[in-house]
Amino acid sequence: MSSEATVQGAPVTARVAGFIDHLRLNDFSVGPAETQQALRVIETVGATDRAQVRQSLKSLLTGRHEEWERFDDLFEAYWFARGRERKGKASQNQHQRASASTPSIWSDHLPDSAASGLGDTRRGGSDEETAGEAAGRVVASTQKALAKADLRHVADPDEIAEAERLAYRLAKAMRYRLSRRYRIAADGPKLDLRRTIRSNIAHGGEPITLVNRARPDKPVRIVVLLDVSGSMKLYSRFFLQFVKGLVCEWIDADAYLFHTRLIRVTDALKDKDTVKAMTRLALMAEGFGGGTRLGECLRVFNDRYARRALNSRTVFVILSDGYDTGSPDLLAGELKRLRKRVRRIVWLNPLLGWRDYEPVTAAMAAALPLVDHFAAANTLEALRQIEGDLARL
Amino acid sequence: MTAITDLKDRLAAVHYVADDTLATALQLALTLKRPLLLEGEAGVGKTEIAKALSAILDARLIRLQCYEGLDANAAIYEWNYQRQLLAIKASEHEQASAAEIEKHIFSEDYLLRRPLLEAISQDRSPVLLIDEIDRADEEFEAYLLEILSDFQITIPELGTVTATSIPHVILTSNGTRELSDALRRRCLYAYVEFPGPERELAIILSHMPDIEERLAVQVARFVRALRKEDLEKAPGIAETLDWAAALTGLGVTALDQDLATVQQSLICLLKTEADAKAVTKEVTSRLVGTAA
Repeated sequence: MSSEATVQGAPVTARVAGFIDHLRLNDFSVGPAETQQALRVIETVGATDRAQVRQSLKSLLTGRHEEWERFDDLFEAYWFARGRERKGKASQNQHQRASASTPSIWSDHLPDSAASGLGDTRRGGSDEETAGEAAGRVVASTQKALAKADLRHVADPDEIAEAERLAYRLAKAMRYRLSRRYRIAADGPKLDLRRTIRSNIAHGGEPITLVNRARPDKPVRIVVLLDVSGSMKLYSRFFLQFVKGLVCEWIDADAYLFHTRLIRVTDALKDKDTVKAMTRLALMAEGFGGGTRLGECLRVFNDRYARRALNSRTVFVILSDGYDTGSPDLLAGELKRLRKRVRRIVWLNPLLGWRDYEPVTAAMAAALPLVDHFAAANTLEALRQIEGDLARL
Repeated sequence: MTAITDLKDRLAAVHYVADDTLATALQLALTLKRPLLLEGEAGVGKTEIAKALSAILDARLIRLQCYEGLDANAAIYEWNYQRQLLAIKASEHEQASAAEIEKHIFSEDYLLRRPLLEAISQDRSPVLLIDEIDRADEEFEAYLLEILSDFQITIPELGTVTATSIPHVILTSNGTRELSDALRRRCLYAYVEFPGPERELAIILSHMPDIEERLAVQVARFVRALRKEDLEKAPGIAETLDWAAALTGLGVTALDQDLATVQQSLICLLKTEADAKAVTKEVTSRLVGTAA
């Protein structure tokens, strides 16, 4: 492999540095220190055995499961130019670099198709299906991006501010102290007798250093699942703002989009630049306007994310109209699994605000008995009204 | 590469069947003297790796089991207050000056070494297993960073203890909490998967040399197929071994020979009520069909 590198005239060091750069563009947390270590590894392992070098570098340069899974593709793509997305090779490479470093400037001026290429063409080499499920990494082709709903129109400052404020207030309403247990706290109101005695053994039992305790103020964790399927089209833009507000303002919030697949979007939403965040989301919400498979998405959530995302202080919010093309039994089963893990399940349904609407769809009927709070969410006004209800939950 | 195959052979000798990826990661951790972080589902044999490593290196295994609320006292060192008090009492008649007493009671004799301090003060490099690091608090992770990068511990009363030998550190995580980037960057990383049927067969044969080979093959295939079913808790390698032992104990020589017994013995593999209900007789017979 490195023989190939030297044949091309570039010294190994530069090629390896380039590889680290390539990984960094693909969201690996690696730096110059890793370049040196990588060189050292290649030196010790010997550059003759490709599989060996790949495995060694994999162990050295990855740090989490997602990276571990993507590494092989990225390795192949860089050293052998075999990435699936790399038809344009060198010229595209330049573009990727430029777009990665100056995204916010471009996104305001480029037409939708070009802007939505941002940040995602650089994820060359990972396949669409797996990428979609791994923390919102989606490779989208330009044609699809053209057909995609343009989320940037909602970037009206007043509306954003309002939605975010509201999200925060709702989150606050759901916040309550769940902890009955006391923990050590420097300025807690009560004396922790046991620990005081323990820590004063060194003073011969004289209580010189006092240890206080208090009830920790543990904010609830909020996990939101937002339906972005066709039937929700009118509302999903607004709800995205709402969810973004929640994720940015709340300490402990996690957000997912779903239509026929489930995508984690927390990281994308945390982007301070709203336009950029929305563009990234538009890419992720690929399949916007498709059907909903709520049950299956919940299963993916339960299998994949639940263990990490949920705890007993979690309020689980589903924003969906309940028009589900999957089987209601599956949905009910998954909701039951979910109930065991979370504190509350809140279902916000925009259709509920319509006159004469009855939650009679099979999915809604199956889900209702398992949901702790079911409320309308078609206007800001309606959302404001549920604030009080949530506080009582 | 010979070093890797060599390592694999040595691991196999102590009944640990490693694949290439894992062996490479281990080899690299040994050569670079860097900690190795292992992640993977429960039951894929992460902890066993450390035990196997200590066996082949003939090194002491020092284990630190992490839990919520683990603090420096329990992980690094603590003064033996009771002994110190007794020593003070005892020296009251000896007319020793306060400074002397202080020097005496804050000597190494009165230091209780907890796993981390123990690990860096060995003459020969031990294997330090920090198990389920994701259960410990983030504060503890921060403590660990200093120790893992510099291999030294500062005790205010004694001064800095520098490692006499660098331990081989293995950290395991089940992914119940996201670990910090700082910790990840200091470690080599390997994700341990469930073994493929060949490797699982090798594991069964390695642990139970007396088992009928035909049964072992079927067990490996059956468990492989079972893991693909939609289970809450996929059976780990230890469960496979239990099951193989149970089947041999029950006198089963082939899975398709006695379905009722096989069904009953599945309690070795299925550890939740929902899973036990999900794998009905029909499912079992289908799986046996694919395994046979």
